[in-house]
Parts: sequence; C-alpha cells; structure tokens
Amino acid sequence: MFIALIVCLGLILTNVVVGVYSERKISAFMQDRLGPMEVGKYGLLQIFADLLKLLQKEDIVPKLADRKLFLIAPCIIFIAIFAGFAVIPLSSGEYLQGSKAEIGVFYLLAIVSVDIIGLLMAGWSSNNKYSLFGAMRAVAQIVSYEIPLGLSVLCVVMISQSLNLQEISTQQGIFSSEGNYLFGIKSLGIDVSAVGGIFTWNVFRMPFFFFLYIIFFIASLAECNRAPFDIPEAESELVGGFHTEYSGLRWALIFLSEYGMMLLVSFLGVILFWGSWYSPFPNIGSVRLADWTNGEPNTIAGTLAGFFWLIAKAYLCVFLQMWVRWTFPRLRVDQLMYLTWKVLTPASILFVVLSGIWRMLMN
Amino acid sequence: MQFWYFLTALTLLSALMVVLSKNPIHSVLYLVFTFFCISGHYVLLNAQFLMAVNIIVYAGAIMVLFLFVIMMLDLRRNMPDSKSNLTKLAGAILGGTLLVILVAVMRKTQFPQFSQMGGKFDTQTGMVENLGQVLFRDYLLPFELVSILFFVAMVGAVMLGKREAGERNF
Repeated sequence: MFIALIVCLGLILTNVVVGVYSERKISAFMQDRLGPMEVGKYGLLQIFADLLKLLQKEDIVPKLADRKLFLIAPCIIFIAIFAGFAVIPLSSGEYLQGSKAEIGVFYLLAIVSVDIIGLLMAGWSSNNKYSLFGAMRAVAQIVSYEIPLGLSVLCVVMISQSLNLQEISTQQGIFSSEGNYLFGIKSLGIDVSAVGGIFTWNVFRMPFFFFLYIIFFIASLAECNRAPFDIPEAESELVGGFHTEYSGLRWALIFLSEYGMMLLVSFLGVILFWGSWYSPFPNIGSVRLADWTNGEPNTIAGTLAGFFWLIAKAYLCVFLQMWVRWTFPRLRVDQLMYLTWKVLTPASILFVVLSGIWRMLMN
Repeated sequence: MQFWYFLTALTLLSALMVVLSKNPIHSVLYLVFTFFCISGHYVLLNAQFLMAVNIIVYAGAIMVLFLFVIMMLDLRRNMPDSKSNLTKLAGAILGGTLLVILVAVMRKTQFPQFSQMGGKFDTQTGMVENLGQVLFRDYLLPFELVSILFFVAMVGAVMLGKREAGERNF
C-alpha cells in the first residue's frame, strides 16, 4: 500500500517531466519544427532548466485577491487528482495496488470531480475577469462531460460486474478465475481463458467497446481541459484562463495536476478497455507468449511485467491525446455543449442498453 | 474511536464556520468541507457507496452550482438585506425548533445494543452489492417511482432551456 503511494507520487512527478518534453517534441515534429534543442543533447535538459526557473520565481499574490483561497486552490486541484490514483492497480498482485476498496472506479469519478472546486476557487479568488471566465468555462465543461464519461464507465462495469478496478483488470486475461469465451459469449463455445492476450481484453470481449472507447476518450479529453476542449485556458481569448494570476511553484502545481490528470484518465481507459496490465500477446499452441510476458502475480518479475505493460499502454494513450491536441482546432462553447448533450450522451445511453443485452448473452 | 472524535470535532467546527463566516463563498466552501467530513463518517461505518455518492452529488455537483450562482452575483452591490433583527429572530426560532425536535427524537430512539443483535452484525451492509439487492428487490416500486420523478424533472429542465422559435442561438 505504501509502496503504491510512493510509486504514484514518483510517477506523477516523472510524468510531468516526460510529458512536457515529449509534448514539445511531438508538437514540433507535427509542425515541422525541431522543438527544444539548446539545453543538453536534443534539448533533454530543457525541462529541468524550466523547472529550476519555476522554483526560483516569486510566488506573487495579487493585491485584491482572496489570499487564503488563492494560495490553497492549486493544492486542492493537486490533491483531487492525486487521490484518484489511490484505487488504480498499477500491476497484478498486491504490491502495486493502493486501495482495495470495493467501490473502486466510482470513488475515482467522485474524487476527481472535486477538481472543479479547486478550479472555481482559483478562478474566483484571483479577482481577475479572465480567470473567472476561465473557471466558469472549465466548470461548465467538466460537469457536462462527466455524464458521457460516467455512462461509458457504467457500460464496462455492467460487463465486468464489479466496481473494483483490480477485479476488472484480472478478468481480462489468463489470471481470471472465471472462464473467458470469445466475444464473451458462452454459447459460441470457444473457450479462450487459457489463450489470454488481446482476445480476452474488454474491447474484444464486447466488440462494440471500441466505439465506446472513442466516447470515453473524447469525454476524458474534456475532463483534462486538453485541446480541442481547452476553452477554459484559451490563450488567444483569456490570457491563461483560471491560472492567469499564478506564478512560480503554484503554477507548476497546476501544471503538474493537469499532466497527472492526463495520465490518470489514460490509466483508467487502459484498465477499463485495453486489458489493463496484461500483455497483448496470446498463447498460441506451445508458444506460451501470454505466460512468458505476464509472469506470475505476486512475484517481483510478474509485478514488473504488469507495470511495464500498463505504463506502455497508458503512454500510448497520452501520445494519442497529444496528437489530437496538435491536430484539431479548439471548439466553440456552443459546439462543445452540442457535442456532449446531443451526440455523446445519447450515444453512451445506447451503449448502456447494448451492454445490458450483451451481458445477458454472456451468461 | 479516537479518529472518530477527531472527525466529529472537525465536522462540527466546519459546520459552525458555515454559519459564522461573513463571506458567502467561504461559507459554501466550508459546507463542502463539512460534506467531506460526513463522507469520512460514512467510510468509518463501511458505507462506501454512500461515501462516493455524497461526494459526487453534494460536493461535486450541488455545491458547485451554489458556488457558480454566488460567484455570478456582485457581492459588494448585492449585499443581502437579511440582516434585520426580525430575520435574525426568525432564524434563531427555526434553528432552535429543529434542535429541540432532533434532541427529542434522539432521546426517544432505542439504539439496538450489540448483544441484542445476537452478537453479530453484517459488515458488508453498506456495500454496493447489498444495497443493489435491497433496492431492486425490497424497494423496487419506490425506486422506479423516484426514477420517474427524476425523468420528469429532466424533461422539465430541457423544456425550460429550449430555444424559442425565432430566438438567436448566440
């Protein structure tokens, strides 16, 4: 439990370094630039130089700001995101699992929504109209997009019959205690519980989940305030949105939470849809690829292997988020609301019905 | 047990601060904190589902709406004129009556002793699974009626927010 706490803290801190560097390099690649090149080989030390600069900066509080709220808001944002990591199983077995609470994913959705209060506090206490605008937009967006996000999580929960993320993970591969059948349907008679790999992932057990993942992905982008849903911090209109007035360490904390949130929703997507910490390779005859690449749960090797697969898949999702950010233009407010209420929400309700039918077929 | 005392003291303190703080925004934030403390009590009672629901509904949604509305108001210009002695008196009477009722109810209630329950109790009562069993078996009709109520409220909200014919979109 405490190992998981330390690993998660380390993960968030490393993530912001890796995330910012790769984001700058990827955006540069997509726009046919070079990106950071000056500090260190390939600009590898650029992010450390930036961090050093941020740490040295003065912590400015505007004169007319609500001082207490202004100072505490970034901490609340960070705590809300960090608390979300508590229920994420980082690998098979028990070493890297924080909380074993039955409530799992529901707790995660609940605690992450506290993020909104931090955003509102930051925006309001700055006593700056751009900050307030940013906070208002952020809250309107996050509250609306929580609905398709919650509904898409609900579909997965209906299929796996559990809220516990470790339980949902274990079901999607060779360590599952119940049998796994092709497409999840028992009457097809093709038992794949020993095959594992990609054939037992949720996205394969319930083939429509690929389309559901697209909904989940869009909603999760909006939850992280990432482009094309970054109207809360739209630089061209609002200076910097809710964090306009922040500087130095507190600004870094807000940034840390933003990148932490990206990683958190990527983890969640991987765990719910893409086989969690299982490797993608199936057992084929005597070539026991799944057995070799997964190891045994509760051993050091198995834990490390699971951790590696989860991280690898999660960073693939993070890459996808960056790709989307540097490809699509920002949405207008009315387009944003149109997308969530008239497209994503009805579609995810449809998926809830479909998942219910599929669950009946699975028994 | 010690943790319970600490949490209870924290809950009462933050609840008091809701009433005592001058700034409405601070009041709402203290209220959010109070809800978190109450969620902590739910965790101690092993009612995990209620804990998450309490956070997601109250702290995450309703309180955010409160904050939203209060932030929209210009507090310096729209100072609430509810500071007259009459309203203070009315508030005191209302609160006092509620307190008397609650104390009377608590005094009348018979709390079952551990020994009266046959020396055993189910720690899993508050879990999602058991709650679902109870809701969908014993209380199915009320549950469905509540869902219809919510549906009607939702339709009403959509009707209110609907664009009138000829009105501009933006």
